Amino acid sequence: MSISECTMCLLSISEDQNRVLLNFSPLPSLSSPHRNRSAFPAAQGEHLHQKMSENGALPLRGKVLTVDTMNANVKKVDYAVRGPIVQRAVQIEKELKEGVKKPFEEVIKANIGDAHAMGQRPITFFRQVMALCTYPQLLDDNKFPEDAKNRARRILQSCGGNSIGAYTTSQGIDCVRHDVANYIQRRDGGIPSDPDNIYLTTGASDGIVTILKLLTAGEGRTRTGVMISIPQYPLYSASIAELGAVQINYYLNEEKCWSLDISELQRSLQAAREHCDPRVLCIINPGNPTGQVQSRQCIEDVIRFAVKENLFLMADEVYQDNVYAEGCEFHSFKKVLFEMGPEYSSKVELASFHSTSKCYMGECGFRGGYMEVINMDPEVKAQLTKLVSVRLCPPAPGQALMDLVVNSPQPGEPSYQTFIKERTDVLSALAEKAKLTEEILNTVPGISCNPVQGAMYSFPRITLPERAINEAKAKGQAPDMFYCMKLLEETGICLVPGSGFGQREGTYHFRMTILPPTDKLKIMLNKLKEFHQKFTQQYS
Amino acid sequence: MSCSHNKKMDLKKKKKKLYWAHIWMHGTPSICQLRLILYILHVCSVISRFTPEILRKGIHGDTMTENGCEYRERVLTMDTMNPNVKRVEYAVRGPIVQRAVQIERELKMGIKKPFTEVIRANIGDCHAMGQKPITFFRQVLALCSYPDLLEDGKFPEDAKSRARRILQACGGGSLGAYSTSQGIEMIRQDIARYIERRDGGITCDPDNIYLSTGASDAIVTMLKLLVSGEGMSRTGVMISIPQYPLYSATLAELGAVQISYYLDEDNCWSLDISELRRALQEAKKHCSPRALCIINPGNPTGQVQSRQCIEGVIRFAAAEKLFLMADEVYQDNVYADGCKFHSFKKVLFEMGLEYSEKVELASFHSTSKCYMGECGFRGGYMEVVNLDPEVKVQLTKLVSVRLCPPVPGQALLDVVVNPPQPDEPSYDTFIKERTDTLATLAEKANMTQEILNQVPGIKCNPVQGAMYTFPRIHLPPKAILEAKEKEQTPDMFYCMKLLEETGICLVPGSGFGQRDGTYHFRMTILPPKEKLKIVLAKIKEFHQHFMAQYS
Repeated sequence: MSISECTMCLLSISEDQNRVLLNFSPLPSLSSPHRNRSAFPAAQGEHLHQKMSENGALPLRGKVLTVDTMNANVKKVDYAVRGPIVQRAVQIEKELKEGVKKPFEEVIKANIGDAHAMGQRPITFFRQVMALCTYPQLLDDNKFPEDAKNRARRILQSCGGNSIGAYTTSQGIDCVRHDVANYIQRRDGGIPSDPDNIYLTTGASDGIVTILKLLTAGEGRTRTGVMISIPQYPLYSASIAELGAVQINYYLNEEKCWSLDISELQRSLQAAREHCDPRVLCIINPGNPTGQVQSRQCIEDVIRFAVKENLFLMADEVYQDNVYAEGCEFHSFKKVLFEMGPEYSSKVELASFHSTSKCYMGECGFRGGYMEVINMDPEVKAQLTKLVSVRLCPPAPGQALMDLVVNSPQPGEPSYQTFIKERTDVLSALAEKAKLTEEILNTVPGISCNPVQGAMYSFPRITLPERAINEAKAKGQAPDMFYCMKLLEETGICLVPGSGFGQREGTYHFRMTILPPTDKLKIMLNKLKEFHQKFTQQYS
Repeated sequence: MSCSHNKKMDLKKKKKKLYWAHIWMHGTPSICQLRLILYILHVCSVISRFTPEILRKGIHGDTMTENGCEYRERVLTMDTMNPNVKRVEYAVRGPIVQRAVQIERELKMGIKKPFTEVIRANIGDCHAMGQKPITFFRQVLALCSYPDLLEDGKFPEDAKSRARRILQACGGGSLGAYSTSQGIEMIRQDIARYIERRDGGITCDPDNIYLSTGASDAIVTMLKLLVSGEGMSRTGVMISIPQYPLYSATLAELGAVQISYYLDEDNCWSLDISELRRALQEAKKHCSPRALCIINPGNPTGQVQSRQCIEGVIRFAAAEKLFLMADEVYQDNVYADGCKFHSFKKVLFEMGLEYSEKVELASFHSTSKCYMGECGFRGGYMEVVNLDPEVKVQLTKLVSVRLCPPVPGQALLDVVVNPPQPDEPSYDTFIKERTDTLATLAEKANMTQEILNQVPGIKCNPVQGAMYTFPRIHLPPKAILEAKEKEQTPDMFYCMKLLEETGICLVPGSGFGQRDGTYHFRMTILPPKEKLKIVLAKIKEFHQHFMAQYS
C-alpha cells in the first residue's frame, strides 16, 4: 500500500463512515434520482399524476412515507443480481409477448443461478418425498418407492400433528438438524457436529443476514466493520448497507485465478481500523461471482489471520458440491479449522452456510438452508435462538427438502441408482459447461476469463474502448452496465455488470451463469462473441 | 428539488475531502501521529506479514494474557453484540415454551409428572393441534411438487388444472426455480381478483401486491421502510396493548419507538379514538409518530372491529398523518353473532376520495390462519395502497435482496385465493371441510368463554374472532409477592406453575402487554373439542387450587 493509497483511505473514511466503498469501487447507487427515473418510467408517470392533483380541488397531503423520510439505510441498499438490467429483461419479455419485433426471439436469463429455470430437472427422489409429505394419502400408493415413503414418514413424524403445515421449532425440526449434523460429520471425515449448533434457515441468505445482524454494533469508530471480497456476492454489501455496518473491501487477485491473498487481507484490515472496528471476515468458497476454489493452504492462512486479528469467520459454502477443475477440491472451513488443532478449533468463532438452492439439486424456490455455528458464546446463542423465533420458523417444505439433501438414498435402497445417475449427470454437465464457457470466451479478443473451477458463474474481464466508456459516463451509467444493457437490447442475453459485484477501478467485467443447456449455452457464447467484436469495432 | 439537494451534498463532501487532504498534507500534530502510526503499521505488515503484538494491543485492548497464556476473548459476546437484538422479546416462543420443550423431553425419558402430555395452547398452530389440511390444497401442492402425478388418474381435474397453471407460471415449469421477488405475477393477479371480490368490487392492482414469507416478513419489511430519524425525530409506531409481540420485537430490533395505545377491556377490547389521541399526544413529545398498527380480528384479544370503529381509525390516521398497517390475517375467523369482518381497504374506499386518495395503507394476509392453518408453508401477502411510487421502487429493491418468498407458500396462497368453484369436482368437499373447520372453531370459541367465566377470579371477554382468548386473572397478593421474589412477572409465575402442574402451556399476558396491575394469559382455542374441555377443566381446577394456596 502506497502513501497515496493511504490518503485515499483517509479521504473515504472522512466522507461517510457508513459508505467506505465510495472511493474503492464504482458501485452504482440505485438511490440517485437520475437512475430511478430512467430505469422506471412507469413509476415516474404515476409520480407526475400525483403532482398534478396538487393543483386540483383536493387538499394537499404529503405522503407519510417518501424517499426523503424513509429509512436512509434502505436507500443505500443495492442488489445488482435483480437490478435495473433484470427489470429491463422482464419488460422486453413482455414486449416480445405483445408481438414487438426484436433482433431475437427470447430473453436468456444468465443473470442468476436459477438452475431449474434454465431447464435442469429436479432430483426425482427429492420430489417424490416432497409430494408424499404434502399429501400423505399417497403413502398408500404403491407407485412410490419404499425409501421415499420411509423418508416421508420419518419427516412427518417429526412435524407437529404430522403435518408439514404446522410451525416447526424456530431453530428447525429436531430430526432434520440431527441429519444435518450427521451429514457434516461424514463430509468432514468424522469431526463431530452438534445438532444444537445447527440453525435451519430460509435459504442461506437468511442465515447470513441474521449473523451479520448479531455482529453489528457500536457507533462511529467503534461501528462493526465487515470484510468482504471484491468481487462479492451483493447480498453482503446490501445487508451491510441495510444494517448500517461498515463494508471493508479486500480484493481477490484476478491474475492468480481470483485467489485470496493474506497480505491483501492485512492491507484492507489495517486501513479499515482507522475508522471502524473490523470484527468479521466473510469468505465465499467456491467463489461467487468468481468461480475460484480455495486451496487448503489458503483456508489455513485465512484461519490464522482470523485468530490473529480477532475476527469472526463467516464461510459461505453453498457451492460445496460444485467443484469442476482438476486438482481442485472443496475443503470446508470447519474441517480445516479442526484439523489445525485445538489452538485454533477451540478459539475461532465460525458460522458456515449451506442451502438447497445450488449444488446438483438447484431447488431455489423452496428456500431451504442451514448454518452451523462454532464456538459461539452460549449467551449469544440464546440471543440468536430468540431472534430467529420472532419469525416463527423457516418454511417447513424447505426444511424437509434440506433433510433429503443431507440424507439421500443409500446403496441398497431402491432409489439409489436413479439418484446417483441424476446427480452425476447434472454435475458432469455443469463441469462440461464450465470448461466450454471458459474456452469460448477466451477466444474473443478483449475478453479474458479465468477457469471456472467451481460454483456456477464465469466473471470474465472485458476490455472496453475509451469511446464506449465516455458514452456510458455521459449517460450516467457504469461502463459495464452500458455494455450489458446494449447486449440485452441487441441479443436478448441478460448478464449482470461487474460493477454490481465490485471490481478494481478501471477494470470491467460481467457475471454470466453457466446454467443454460449446453446447446443454448454454445449459441449464447457465440452471440456474445459476435456482439463483443461488433461493440469493440463500433466504439474504436 | 432532490437533485439540487444532492448537488449540495456533493459540494459538502468535496469540501470535507479538501479539508482532510489539507490536514493530511500539512497536518495537525495529532493527525501527523496518526499518519505515522499508519505508516509504521503498513511497513510492519509488509515486512513481517503480521502486526507486532504491542502495536495491536495499543489499538485494540481485547487481547489479554492471563497467567502467561494468551487469552482470546470471543469476538461476539453479550457486551459486543447488536444492542437492539438484546432488547427483542418474543413471548409466544419465550421461556415458558422452552420449559415446555424440556418437560416433553423429561416425559419421554420416563420422568414422572402429574400429567402425561404437554398441551401447547401457546401458539396458533392449527395442524399441530390436529386440524386436518384442506384436501384440495394439498392435492394441488403434491402435483406441483411432483408433476409426474399429473398423469395419475387419482387426482381430480380441477386440482390438476390448478397445478398446471401454477407450474406454467414458474421458471422452467418447476417450483424449484426462483420467482420474481415481488412474487409470481399470475398469483398476484389472482390475489388482486380475490381482494376485489372480497371488497365488493373495489379495484385492486396486482402491482400493489407483494408476496411474503408469512405475514411477519411483510410487516417487518414495512416497518423497516418507515424507521428513520434520530432522537426526537425517530419514527414512532403506535401499537395496541395487548399486542401480538411480533410488533414490539420488530420495533426493538429496528430501534424504533413503541407507542402503546390501550384497548378497552371493559368494552370487549374495543379501540377508543380518544385513547389513540392520548397516546399520540404523549408520544409527540419524544418521537415522530408515523405509523398506526391495527390487528383485526384481534390477536391476542379476539375482538372484531366494527365498521364504525374502522372509519374512526381512518379519519384519525388522515388527520394525524399516520401510515396505516392493517394486520388482517384472521379475516375468515369471525364467530360472534352480529360481528363481521370489514377490510380497512374496503372501508377506506367507501369513505370517498377524500380518504381513499390520501391514506397510505398496507394490509397483510397469510396462509397460516383462517380455515387452512398452513403455518409451515410461510405463505403470505401484503397490499400497499397509496404508497409513494419512489418508495415502492425502494420496497421492490429491498425485497429482491432476499430473492423470493418460498414458492410452495406462494402456490398455496394461490389456491387459497382461487379455491374450487361451484361447477368444479372438488367444490363440495372443499366447502364441507372449510365449513366444518370454521364451525368447530366457533363452537370452541363459545365454549372457552363460557367455561372460563364460570371460574371465580377469571374473567373473559367473548372470543368474537381470531383464535385466542385473553382472560383476566385475579391473583392474590401473596402470589404476587412470591413472584416478585423470584423476579418473575406474576402472570409468568402463574403460567409456569400451571405448566409444571398440569402440562398446559399458555403465554402470560405480560408478553403481550397489559394495563399495570392487571394479569392475563393467552390461550388458543385450537385443541380438539374433547381435549379443550379437559384443558379448561384443568385450568379451572388449577386456578381454584392456586387461589386457595395463596390467600
